[in-house]
Amino acid sequence: MSLTLGAAQLAGRIDRPPPRPPRPRSRLNVFARWVSPVAIVAIWQLLSSAGVIDPRTLAAPVDIARRALELVEDGTLIEATLTSLQRVALGFVIGGAIGTTLAVVAGLWRVGEHAIDPPMQMLRTLPHFGLIPLFIIWFGIGETPKITLIAMGVCFPLYLNTFAGIRGIDRKMIEAARSMNLTWGQRLRHVVIPGALPQTLTGLRQSLGIAWLSLIVAETVSAKSGLGYLINDAREFLETDVIVVGLAVYALLGLATDGVVRAFERRALAWRS
Amino acid sequence: MAFLKTSPTTAAPSADASTYVARVRDHHRAFGRHQVLRGIDLDIRHGEFVALLGRSGCGKSTLLRSLARLDPTPPGEVELHGRTAVAFQEPRLLPWRDVRENVALALLNTPEKGVRHERAEQTLAEVSLTEKLHAWPLQLSGGQAQRVSLARALVSNPRLLLLDEPFSALDALTRIEMHQLVIELWRHHSMAVLIVTHDVDEALALADRLVVLDEGRVARTWEITSPRSDRNPAKPEIATARAEILSALGVQPTPPNPNRDPITGELRNRPDDRSGNDRGAA
Repeated sequence: MSLTLGAAQLAGRIDRPPPRPPRPRSRLNVFARWVSPVAIVAIWQLLSSAGVIDPRTLAAPVDIARRALELVEDGTLIEATLTSLQRVALGFVIGGAIGTTLAVVAGLWRVGEHAIDPPMQMLRTLPHFGLIPLFIIWFGIGETPKITLIAMGVCFPLYLNTFAGIRGIDRKMIEAARSMNLTWGQRLRHVVIPGALPQTLTGLRQSLGIAWLSLIVAETVSAKSGLGYLINDAREFLETDVIVVGLAVYALLGLATDGVVRAFERRALAWRS
Repeated sequence: MAFLKTSPTTAAPSADASTYVARVRDHHRAFGRHQVLRGIDLDIRHGEFVALLGRSGCGKSTLLRSLARLDPTPPGEVELHGRTAVAFQEPRLLPWRDVRENVALALLNTPEKGVRHERAEQTLAEVSLTEKLHAWPLQLSGGQAQRVSLARALVSNPRLLLLDEPFSALDALTRIEMHQLVIELWRHHSMAVLIVTHDVDEALALADRLVVLDEGRVARTWEITSPRSDRNPAKPEIATARAEILSALGVQPTPPNPNRDPITGELRNRPDDRSGNDRGAA
């Protein structure tokens, strides 16, 4: 139950529209926005110290920070993070390659569209987490079902957005390129790919969000290593501090990958200013 | 080719190539069951400035597309000698390439990058856009974007420049500047120009020869001999041609207004000009 709720919240975070260009904020406003989060943490700490919040329900912020340092120092956290990161990277590369390749084939050739688009449109309505039981039957509980789940999640947003991006290119621009005698490959390089890029990057950001979400779900279902294992193991011993540390790392990793894509967007799409 | 019944002049194909940039013979085009071009004959000589006029749907843009090799044409009907280039009604610049790169793109099949950029810069200087080399197309005004589009067409040194209603989206003042620019560029580059327009006054100000299309055929042709500096609408040659062309287009000719600028001639904005559903059956 708590899992579905978390998924819905995360999905809500992922599907939000691309951010507006940030409003210039005054120094005071930046400060003002930090007041309430800091206050919440402070109250949380006070309640924990006063014994109102049981550490088996939720550990105190200071204990969580201390635990995080320990986990970093003994290498557990780094190792778990790298394991999880590797799963996401592998699933993302596989799913991304499949999604974009299918989108390019469907986007450029009418035959490809007829062959690829209908099944993709049908499959995308499947909630891919619902496939977990099948994946477990097919692949067992090792690395394969996790990576497959992540790849599935990544594939569809990239397919849909890249396909729409290619189809959204103004035919008149392709015609202008033809009037300049550009070859097929040159038109692809100078018109189609840059023209489809904005929408593809939107898909990339969506699919990265889903990749992390899929990782969390897959690791929560079963894991013998990685952040999910760390969290599940901590649950056995009611170590809520470790659980919070693991969740924080998940969140930071998601933010970091999103930030990378955003930075790339700012550079690659500078022409839209 | 023998069955094509060559004209009585014993001109060999090589002589054709030195005289004409384009020869269109009995050219037909149909979209589905709709016949758009029904046997067009049109020759464009080297260095000539031709205007193609006609009501919407008369086939003038289709003919331009055939000349630009944008559509497949039946063999033998459209013969082109030398490179052609097009500037469209909308500038059609690639928004993700800067101005210089947009122009250099037309040279992709020829020299290496440094040379491409150098020639793009030279051509952009001709259209007075040197200071916009690295601007994005979305930052340009309509007139500037259209000048980039002209530069992009010119940079490959075409023998025939095709202009598809290139100024119809511009404001009147910008249009005067563009007319002057086009004449200047035409004089500097030894090329022929074919401009498609439905603005009679624009055609009269720019072209040596005006061709009116109607229902997919050439209805009539006018040669204008007055120098471009002396094409006052009140001048008999211009006034007569204007009245005849308007009537060939199925518009009631109005006496030329001497206050109207001979180059811009805001004719297109008059409501009775476009909405007429009384198609002239010329």
